[in-house]
Amino acid sequence: MDSARSSDPRTAASTKIVVAGGFGVGKTTLVGTVSEIMPLRTEALVTNQSEGIDDLAAVPRKGTTTVAMDFGRITLGEDLVLYLFGTPGQRRFWFMWDDLCLGAIGAIVLVDTERLDEAFSPLDYFEQRGLPFIVAVNQFEDAAQYPLEDVAAALALSPGTPVIRIDARRRESVKQALVRVTEFSLERLSAAVGA
Amino acid sequence: MATETPPGDPVDASAAVRVRPFTLTAGRTKPRVELPVEATLRRLGSASAGPVEAHLTRILEVCDRRSVAEVAALVAMPIGVVRVLLADLVELGQVRVQTTIQEDSTYAERRDLIERTLRGLRTL
Ligand SMILES: Nc1nc2c(ncn2[C@@H]2O[C@H](COP(=O)(O)OP(=O)(O)O)[C@@H](O)[C@H]2O)c(=O)[nH]1
Ligand SMILES: [Mg+2]
Repeated sequence: MDSARSSDPRTAASTKIVVAGGFGVGKTTLVGTVSEIMPLRTEALVTNQSEGIDDLAAVPRKGTTTVAMDFGRITLGEDLVLYLFGTPGQRRFWFMWDDLCLGAIGAIVLVDTERLDEAFSPLDYFEQRGLPFIVAVNQFEDAAQYPLEDVAAALALSPGTPVIRIDARRRESVKQALVRVTEFSLERLSAAVGA
Repeated sequence: MATETPPGDPVDASAAVRVRPFTLTAGRTKPRVELPVEATLRRLGSASAGPVEAHLTRILEVCDRRSVAEVAALVAMPIGVVRVLLADLVELGQVRVQTTIQEDSTYAERRDLIERTLRGLRTL
């Protein structure tokens, strides 16, 4: 039976947060750490790609490849489900981001400090689209720990962009990242209406 | 009457050939119903009144209380194809799409959603 709330047609029953970043930065790991289901994989069709690199997997159809997107699900109450979508960061996948980002609360740009340049494309995209985002440094043990201010400077982030350090394998750490991006989205929404 | 265009998008033959999964959708690539990837679906009506096509039946069987993305993953079809088929099921009165934030959502609706999400995340 529907609760009074979920039967209200104006109340959103589900929402999403996008996790973007380069190949191997830990997107699927992050999603899997907090998801109540095994991360699922879904595909969008691309018709003009030829090489099978990164998350691009060739399918046995001429002229057609697919882009895989991993996602997970978190039930936040009887009437609200949050989906996390992990998506490859490269510019050639921008075509699928419009669809993915419409209606999203915000995005987490996951970065590996050894390969900062892989964050440029998602950062450019979210800035252009005005989607609230935070930067989360996925701290690998064998990588140097740079001060977060240095990371912000190297990425040329606009002042006020939250930058945090996380471990994508730890639930509490990923939870904090989700809370932070949601708080930031709320701050941005309030600022936009001058509230 | 005779000159009226039939319902549905015109069949794009070249796209249907190039992208085989869209043959399930008679070449249509754009659903007529808004179906964000995170939108929750609810199955309506009785099983006996359901569609006969196997691919629609499969979708109907897994869709209740799941998102568009989950359905696509579970039936192993690309999201774009599943969207078109789900839109058909909506028009057949078999499926309902629950509310999500859309481009035309109000400030109050957005704020309500973000605050509920924040409360939920904090108590995880
Ligand atoms: N040491 C360490 N390894 C990680 C961390 N996050 C992910 N990995 C590993 O890095 C690899 C790539 O992670 P994956 O989540 O598949 O990256 P994706 O390509 O962005 O989805 C996997 O072998 C993970 O186990 C982390 O925080 N610390
Ligand atoms: Mg991955």
